[in-house]
Amino acid sequence: MSTLEIDRVRKSYGIHEVLKEVSISIGTGDFLVLLGPSGCGKSTLLNMIAGLDSITGGEIRIAGKVVNDLSPKDRDIAMVFQSYALYPTMTVRQNIEFGMKIRGITPPERDKAVRTAADLLQMSHLLDRKPSQLSGGQRQRVAMGRAIVRQPKLFLFDEPLSNLDAKLRVDMRTEIKRLHARLGTTIVYVTHDQIEAMTLATRVAVMKDGVVQQLDEPQVVYDRPANVYVAKFVGSPSMNIIPGVLEVQGTVVSAVVDIAKRGSARISGVAVSPETARKYAGKRVLVGIRPENFSIAAGDIRPTLTVDVDVVEPTGPDTLVVFHCSGAEVTARLPPKQASAGREAALCVDTSKVVIFDADTENRID
Amino acid sequence: MRSTLSMRDRLTHWLPRLVLSPSLVAVFIGVYLFIAWTGWISLSSSKMVPKYDFVGLEQYIRLWATPRWETAVVNLFLFTVLFLAITIAIGLLIAILLDQRVRAEGFLRAVYLYPMALSFIVTGTAWKWILNPDLGVEKVVNDLGWSGFVFDWITRPDTAIYCVVIAAVWQSTGFAMAIFLAGLRGIDTSIIKAAQIEGAGLPRIYMSIIVPMLRPAFLSVIVLLSYISIKSFDLVLALTNAGPGNATEMPSTFMFSATFRRNQMGVGAASAMMMLMTVAAIIVPYLYSELRESRNEH
Amino acid sequence: MNTEANSARRSHLLGRLFIYGSLLALAAFYLMPLWVMIVTSLKSLDEIYAGSFVGLPKAITFEAWEKAWGQACIGTACDGLRPYFINSLLMVIPAVILSTGIGAINGYILTKWRFPGSNFFFGMLLFGCFLPFQAVILPMAQLLGSLRLSGTIPGLVLVHTVYGISFTTLFFRNYFITIPDELTRAAQIDGAGFFRIFFSVMLPAALPIIVVSCIWQFTQIWNDFLFGVSFTAGQSSPITVALNNIVNVTMGRKQYNVDMAAAMIAAIPTLVVYIVAGRYFVRGLTAGAVKG
Repeated sequence: MSTLEIDRVRKSYGIHEVLKEVSISIGTGDFLVLLGPSGCGKSTLLNMIAGLDSITGGEIRIAGKVVNDLSPKDRDIAMVFQSYALYPTMTVRQNIEFGMKIRGITPPERDKAVRTAADLLQMSHLLDRKPSQLSGGQRQRVAMGRAIVRQPKLFLFDEPLSNLDAKLRVDMRTEIKRLHARLGTTIVYVTHDQIEAMTLATRVAVMKDGVVQQLDEPQVVYDRPANVYVAKFVGSPSMNIIPGVLEVQGTVVSAVVDIAKRGSARISGVAVSPETARKYAGKRVLVGIRPENFSIAAGDIRPTLTVDVDVVEPTGPDTLVVFHCSGAEVTARLPPKQASAGREAALCVDTSKVVIFDADTENRID
Repeated sequence: MRSTLSMRDRLTHWLPRLVLSPSLVAVFIGVYLFIAWTGWISLSSSKMVPKYDFVGLEQYIRLWATPRWETAVVNLFLFTVLFLAITIAIGLLIAILLDQRVRAEGFLRAVYLYPMALSFIVTGTAWKWILNPDLGVEKVVNDLGWSGFVFDWITRPDTAIYCVVIAAVWQSTGFAMAIFLAGLRGIDTSIIKAAQIEGAGLPRIYMSIIVPMLRPAFLSVIVLLSYISIKSFDLVLALTNAGPGNATEMPSTFMFSATFRRNQMGVGAASAMMMLMTVAAIIVPYLYSELRESRNEH
Repeated sequence: MNTEANSARRSHLLGRLFIYGSLLALAAFYLMPLWVMIVTSLKSLDEIYAGSFVGLPKAITFEAWEKAWGQACIGTACDGLRPYFINSLLMVIPAVILSTGIGAINGYILTKWRFPGSNFFFGMLLFGCFLPFQAVILPMAQLLGSLRLSGTIPGLVLVHTVYGISFTTLFFRNYFITIPDELTRAAQIDGAGFFRIFFSVMLPAALPIIVVSCIWQFTQIWNDFLFGVSFTAGQSSPITVALNNIVNVTMGRKQYNVDMAAAMIAAIPTLVVYIVAGRYFVRGLTAGAVKG
């Protein structure tokens, strides 16, 4: 059993508050990703879990045990750092063994552990090299190997892939996912890369200014973002946020948006509860539409909106089409060669995927 | 909650401070307490042995009424201006020349720099021999046929200070060069390329673009050379022994002879405090700005 | 051939000529004193007084070196520089080891175990790099007297260690600050403590700066004159003081060849260090100008 509970944890440096009552709890085998821009407090939180930073208030429990006052080595954790933090003067083998040596593990056992980890990460041939003789990806493996041999209750990863180039990052991402599947250890993983969060996590905590904005499964975070901030942070290109007005006619709820020089367009069948519909009827709201929820109106289907295309950006598998709507720049992801710049395009919207936010609080309304 | 910390953890917490404390104490005593002590002596009537009474600024008044001290201050000013100007000019010139992708750069750099490894006493001894008019440079030039050539600066009170400048420049140019060269190497070469494409010639590029970009290096060189010149003591002693007469007296030699030779401890302390204040006026703002800049970088 | 290309080539050639000409002339100027010292020390006194200055010696003689090393008179004793050379060695070796060791651990603490006030302490220490020692000589003489260390080698070791800490700490602090903090954090998670991290992780990684610090301290302490002349007398002086005494002897015909040999003897240890490890020497030299 290796659960992690973060219970109303606070951190402040003097009057500067970095974390404000953060509460997260995950179960054994979960893969928690702390996602947010730099300065949101995610790394501080990770360091507090590791015991490298002190806790100002609240409690952190690992496997049910309060660890607030335990030093890092007594918390039964292992950590992989962004810069890998390999000891530069030691060989790969010595790097992996260092912690075991300190804990007084006998040489034969150490040797066995090193061999197991090296096999698992396919780096047996690197054991006698120095870190400076390794490539970025190999260093990353060694850092993971060093963490694995501890057999910890909790793995902590601090932006482990951000020093790698794009191609290697994808490979290592898969590697980490495979490792998690194989070992089943609980993992806390810090990143600012939303794709890493989406691909790796079983639970994502999106953070901003020391506050958790949303804690949920990645798909839920993607489909039903808690607020405009999360909506824009997760997904690339990010979710379009279009100012509009909520209209109710009988049981049909629509969002009305402006198209420049063409008057208004009505997106009908937005999924909100009757109470919300009543409360917001006729009021200004923000309409959130993911780029891929647009499509070209074909055949008999009546287009939801007809727009003048500004820019077309082919990406290969599909094309990003940019146009304006209620003063906001909107991006639609469409199949290639279906629209061209300066021409008009007739688009449909997958209404079931549309998300509505309060215009003032920017929180999602259901 | 703190009380749950184990003894061991608390020790870990205090250990770094504990290990640092001897240095802290040593520096506190050796630098700050001793400065205060010197300051106190400068306000006392101490002569041969320290006396801990209080006579106000009497020693400072006496100091500034001493012609010898006046000579020392004038010399220091003259020396500092010449020493800085020449060292910076030659150091910068060598750095720029070395930056033109020359062959044997490593060897040449080593040649310009080796005087920095020597003791000022060695430098003084060597230059004393070179500058002596009977057998040194003057004689060599005379022997070459230019019999009217006179180079007896070291023997004349009004010119001996320039000899100190020559030897000091010789010893310190390498230092200025090293810092300027490091500064030049830190400049993005694409800036030079961009200027060349705009049609600027190399001298022009250096004058209007590169040299102004070396401002931090200039600051460092000026501050550190000023510091060298204020505390220069060994060189003067070995080269001219503050003479002829006391023509090349400097504050540092004045302080030494007042304190250890002429039993004027109070005046010596006052002169030491004057030196300290001059150095502090240059160094403290410099350190402050360096530290603040580096804080901004992080 | 194109005239424009021709003139461009000519001006390039002239430029190169100017660059190498200036560099070589300057190199000659900087080498001249060393050359003069060496040739003078190898000449007989008669040859010198006959007017040979820059030229090679007619007959090479090591007489002056022997005299400077073993017979020249310093004060009343006529044992040459040898005892003072040994004094300097006895002073410089412990002082270099102590100040470098202390600087290393200070730099480690100031970068990896920062505590409130540690930056202030560093600022205080830094001023020590630029202290005009005249401001502390008097009290230091008093302190050495009361510790019964006046005029002794251990006294000089103490003085050089105390005033060396500032520079060595600066070296190590500026070096360790480039080593990511994650390294110490990783070691902490591995269970290593304060000293274990220092000796197993940081110190092995600090080899270049250890060399820089040792060379810098060696040069500074070997070349020191002020402390030597202020705190020692007679037989316990370091070599710089002895050299100055030899040179300033005013009796009789001045023995320039012995002076130069003596100066060379005093210069050789630091010159050798400079030739062997010049790269590290330059790093130490510019460290004072590099941001903290």
